[in-house]
Amino acid sequence: MPAVSKGDGMRGLAVFISDIRNCKSKEAEIKRINKELANIRSKFKGDKALDGYSKKKYVCKLLFIFLLGHDIDFGHMEAVNLLSSNKYTEKQIGYLFISVLVNSNSELIRLINNAIKNDLSSRNPTFMCLALHCIANVGSREMAEAFAGEIPRILVAGDTMDSVKQSAALCLLRLYKASPDLVLMGEWTSRVVHLLNDQHMGVVTAAISLITCLSSKNPDEFKTCVSLAVSRLSRIVSSASTDLQDYTYYFVPAPWLSCKLLRLLQCYPPPEDGAVKGRLVECLETILNKAQEPPKSKKVQHSNAKNAILFEAISLIIHYDSEPNLLVRACNQLGQFLQHRETNLRYLALESMCTLASSEFSHEAVKTHIETVINALKTERDVSVRQRAADLLYAMCDRSNAKQIVAEMLSYLETADYSIREEMVLKVAILAEKYAVDYSWYVDTILNLIRIAGDYVSEEVWYRVIQIVINRDDVQGYAAKTVFEALQAPACHENMVKVGGYILGEFGNLIAGDPRSSPLVQFNLLHSKFHLCSVPTRALLLSAYIKFINLFPETKATIQEVLRSDSQIRNSDVELQQRAVEYLKLSSIASTDVLATVLEEMPPFPERESSILAKLKKKKGPGAVSVELEDGKERGELNGGADRGGEAAIAASNASTPSPSSDLLGLRSAAPVGGPAPSAGSLLVDVFSEAGPAASSTRVNDDGFLSSAPPSAASEDPAPPLPESDELLNKFVCKNNGVLFENQLLQIGIKSEYRQNLGRMYLFYGNKTSVQFVSFTTTVSCPGELQSQLNVQTKPVEPLVEGGAQVQQVINIECLTDFVDAPLLNIKFRYGGALQNITLKLPVTINKFFQPTEMAAADFFQRWKQLSQPQQEAQKIFKASHGMDTEVLKAKLLGLGTALLENVDPNPENYVCAGVIQTKIQQVGCLLRLEPNAQAQPGEQMYRLTLRSSKDTVSQRVCDLLAEQF
Amino acid sequence: MIGGLFIYNHKGEVLISRVYRDDIGRHAVDAFRVNVIHARQQVRSPVTNIARTSFFHVKRSNIWLAAVTKQNVNAAMVFEFLYKMCDVMAAYFGKISEENIKNNFVLIYELLDEILDFGYPQNSETGALKTFITQQGIKGQTKEEQSQITSQVTGQIGWRREGIKYRRNELFLDVLESVNLLMSPQGQVLSAHVSGRVVMKSYLSGMPECKFGMNDKIVIDKAGKGGVTDDVAKSTTGKQSIAIDDCTFNQCVRLSKFDSERSISFIPPDGEYELMRYRTTKDIILPFRVIPLVREVGRTKLEVKVVIKSNFKPSLLAQKIEVRIPTPLNTSGVQVICMKGKAKYKASENAIVWKIKRMAGMKESQISAEIELLPTNDKKKWARPPISMNFEVPFAPSGLKVRYLKVFESKLNYSDHDVIKWVRYIGRSGIYETRC
Repeated sequence: MPAVSKGDGMRGLAVFISDIRNCKSKEAEIKRINKELANIRSKFKGDKALDGYSKKKYVCKLLFIFLLGHDIDFGHMEAVNLLSSNKYTEKQIGYLFISVLVNSNSELIRLINNAIKNDLSSRNPTFMCLALHCIANVGSREMAEAFAGEIPRILVAGDTMDSVKQSAALCLLRLYKASPDLVLMGEWTSRVVHLLNDQHMGVVTAAISLITCLSSKNPDEFKTCVSLAVSRLSRIVSSASTDLQDYTYYFVPAPWLSCKLLRLLQCYPPPEDGAVKGRLVECLETILNKAQEPPKSKKVQHSNAKNAILFEAISLIIHYDSEPNLLVRACNQLGQFLQHRETNLRYLALESMCTLASSEFSHEAVKTHIETVINALKTERDVSVRQRAADLLYAMCDRSNAKQIVAEMLSYLETADYSIREEMVLKVAILAEKYAVDYSWYVDTILNLIRIAGDYVSEEVWYRVIQIVINRDDVQGYAAKTVFEALQAPACHENMVKVGGYILGEFGNLIAGDPRSSPLVQFNLLHSKFHLCSVPTRALLLSAYIKFINLFPETKATIQEVLRSDSQIRNSDVELQQRAVEYLKLSSIASTDVLATVLEEMPPFPERESSILAKLKKKKGPGAVSVELEDGKERGELNGGADRGGEAAIAASNASTPSPSSDLLGLRSAAPVGGPAPSAGSLLVDVFSEAGPAASSTRVNDDGFLSSAPPSAASEDPAPPLPESDELLNKFVCKNNGVLFENQLLQIGIKSEYRQNLGRMYLFYGNKTSVQFVSFTTTVSCPGELQSQLNVQTKPVEPLVEGGAQVQQVINIECLTDFVDAPLLNIKFRYGGALQNITLKLPVTINKFFQPTEMAAADFFQRWKQLSQPQQEAQKIFKASHGMDTEVLKAKLLGLGTALLENVDPNPENYVCAGVIQTKIQQVGCLLRLEPNAQAQPGEQMYRLTLRSSKDTVSQRVCDLLAEQF
Repeated sequence: MIGGLFIYNHKGEVLISRVYRDDIGRHAVDAFRVNVIHARQQVRSPVTNIARTSFFHVKRSNIWLAAVTKQNVNAAMVFEFLYKMCDVMAAYFGKISEENIKNNFVLIYELLDEILDFGYPQNSETGALKTFITQQGIKGQTKEEQSQITSQVTGQIGWRREGIKYRRNELFLDVLESVNLLMSPQGQVLSAHVSGRVVMKSYLSGMPECKFGMNDKIVIDKAGKGGVTDDVAKSTTGKQSIAIDDCTFNQCVRLSKFDSERSISFIPPDGEYELMRYRTTKDIILPFRVIPLVREVGRTKLEVKVVIKSNFKPSLLAQKIEVRIPTPLNTSGVQVICMKGKAKYKASENAIVWKIKRMAGMKESQISAEIELLPTNDKKKWARPPISMNFEVPFAPSGLKVRYLKVFESKLNYSDHDVIKWVRYIGRSGIYETRC
């Protein structure tokens, strides 16, 4: 660097800065700055050209003002001029100004780039360095575009000075990080690798940063660097502390370079070449050996540098995970640090040990430090270190030490920091489950956990304990006993009450033999907690009570009394109230065997990933990862016996409740209580809960459909309506809800409601397969003149229907005038590549818009006579296709939408109805008379149907529709 | 209620700290310093809320006065108190400066004890305070004197003590007004109002009853309706009456009498006080008219010509006239030519300042300037801030006239005629701006 000449003192700048510093107030400062800016402006504007010195001085002042937080909107040109100066100081100030103040101003960027280019091509190393620094400092895309090609050339050119190479490597790194797409790999890459062999340590250090970054993106291109790095490392490691002179830091040779080399090696797997590998192992051993040597200096810098290399070496050893010897040595080394004075070292040692514990080679070695770690957990002052200790305990846990570790963690939990309690709880729960040899220990542990840290026990933990207790019948009795005892504590946590309620409800009978825990005692114990609990827990307890009624009939009276009390049956919470009412009715109406079926013991839960583990994984990475690896093998033996009832469980929980919901009975999902159970596999059960048994009878025969679907499946155009669509339509004349259509893939359900001339229809498309339907589209069209008679609006449905899922579509219908045809519904989707195309008739018929009209007999007949013109009447005589059951007939006529008028017709056998069809344009009054000859033989029975309305087409249509119904 | 009161110097160092309530902790002092005085962005709002604590501040030269409270107080009351506090301090030791505050800090604590009690403002009348808080140290007061002070402070007329005697009964009355104006380049008045004060200095013996009359429209009209003094009113005012938009009075004025009879009658405090404050917006006499002419010649040059016209009686003289013409931020050089007064480009303020010492009415004067600009890479256009002006004229721009000021003292033997009265009108510029 050229010496600063005497004239470069820039007194003006110093005076200005001291003026500003002496300003008493902000206002004074602003005044001073304004004055200075005006001065600089007049100088820059001035006619006579400024010399380099004053230009530099003023640019400096501008820079200073800018750094004080004021806007600078001039002087850029002068700064750019400075770039072309030959004086180092002037050039430096110019570059400084530009790196601080440059914005993407197009014209200036061009000038700046030009100046930089000139400097780069000059042979002057300081100028080149300045230019490179400027590029790196700005680091913009424009810069990268302009120089990304140039810099690698400088970097690998043979005649470039070392200092320039250093700058070029770092500059390239910066550009690569800013815009990786612009830095293109090329033949220079292989030569960059060879910079690792450079004589100059600075160049190597700079180059290795670049190589590490590049090789993490393109590992293959830089593969050769491994052997070079190893040899470089071994040279450094084996060198005496005096060999490297400038690069020895407190007696440690080139610590930064060593760390970087070790880090670079961590990007690659262990070297395959035996010689290289041997050398590397030797290096690592030397590093480990050096750690044992007494320190050459008491200075903290010395030990910091040494330890940095050591930790980096250990993480490389862990990364390779193939040298048992080294792993064990590393572990021992870390063990020494566990009791080190330095908090940071303890922290780092624990953290590294966590990863060591997951390696099969060093797991045992880590375990030897268990006492120290437990001690750290108890006595450590720093909370972050305690956290690491807990992580490590979790990681080092296995079958042999599980009991000890879990016990320690439990005892620590009582004093643990609030921030880590929940995580600790999860870890204890997982360890207890994973390494449980006898499940009574497991149950004890979890109940202890709830007792100690109930607030931090999440839902998943107690779900899990119940899952396990239910799946393992050998532990059920013990669990019931323990829970019963735990509940006797005067104050117990709500989670404990939940577990207690659930387990006693299921397995209370197992301990009922003991007079101390007789059914009534159990019940009273649970009920004593009832009023202290939140609503969900109370709901669970109510379910437990009804289970009690099943288990112990002798408690029935007591429990019914409780359920009947106002605080239950009139509870302000809907859920509690409903449960109380339902359970009360259930217990009083149902016979014992029904009760026993409904309230049967819960089937075992299907085996799945522990919900707690999932939660821990979600919550935090480090500790969980290691366990996850082993989890697979462990789990098999743990719950091996649980698969027995898997399928039954799926059926019972309707394949949709992954966690045991707090609902003991599963009433909500499986609905085994009311009515005959719908056939298994139907997706739409819940939709038709009100349609009830009717739904199952309307189901279309699967086979019948299959033969007709494939031919139309290939075309993109809407397929013609299915042949049976008319028949389908007729099914819905007298009812609004049901299954419209079903085949092996798809089920379509309908719910509809009508008011006046408006209707709304909900279509439910259920995917019966396990594969998703793609490009699922539905269209509703009104063919021919129906378009002007009916106004149908639909909302589009999601194009994807997941396997087993159901999508809903809403259709709004407005009846403009009376109509005959029905709108068409076309459904298209792809199922495993094949296009499915189905067209159906939407069950929208004119009678849907009936408004029932009540009237007296005289009234009816008067109107009947008024509509006496022949075209107003439609009559049909037809054979009965079903039996002539009075109630069924009545239901159908009511379903039609008309009012059924009693005591109007002189013949009580006959049915008379009246209604008004509401359309947007007009209202059509309609009178109906149905005369069955009930006395005839079955098979010979006939009906005479007469319809009179103010519009001939309506009479005819309604008559036609209705004739199909009987 | 005010929880505490702090006084800081410009660096944010605490000069005076007085905490009245427990809810204000020590950190409040620092919170204000950090968030307001040392704030990165200048804090313009006089009320700042920091951690549910409200800070009300006023700034006098380099001194910050901040009142702190945690409660929902009447902000206007707090500011009124702070202004009063400034007045009181000024009355005791002159200019409020760091040095004066440091030299008088015992006195200030004494004052703070007196005028704020548990955060509730108390009597802050300078005259009354001076009777028992003195700078000369405690002189032994007799029992009678002490009881007199007590009865005065707690009595009905807290602002005046009894038994004042002067050889010459004198009375000074100043009408001080400031005119605010915003005018368009074409000479259209966009907004204008006058805020005025009537300040009195009275040296009267005994407990005199005073009556003040001015040419307020309502009073005149009322008098006119009476039908007796119509001519008198016209002849005494000589001019039309003025419409006062709103006014506030010193506590000594009997408001009930003002409400019922529109007459301003009062027992004056001794010494200097502000009798009333008012505001008018109609029929304002604008003493000066500014006619700007700005021409941009290319990107690097600007020509400015400004003419000022005085618009009052030729016999009157305006003083301390100063016209401030803002210049663009990229000004690199200015040439100024003016016929009267002195003009200078002040780079530190980004303005040309033109000063004229004196100017008679119905005259005009002109300045022209050539401003050279430096081309910048900023595309922002110059916002052209308005040209502002300062001046002082010897009349009230609102047109307010004092009709009479009568003094009655029944117990002592002097009458209205024996009192020497001095009346003075001063009109100053407030924010007097013309857009260009």
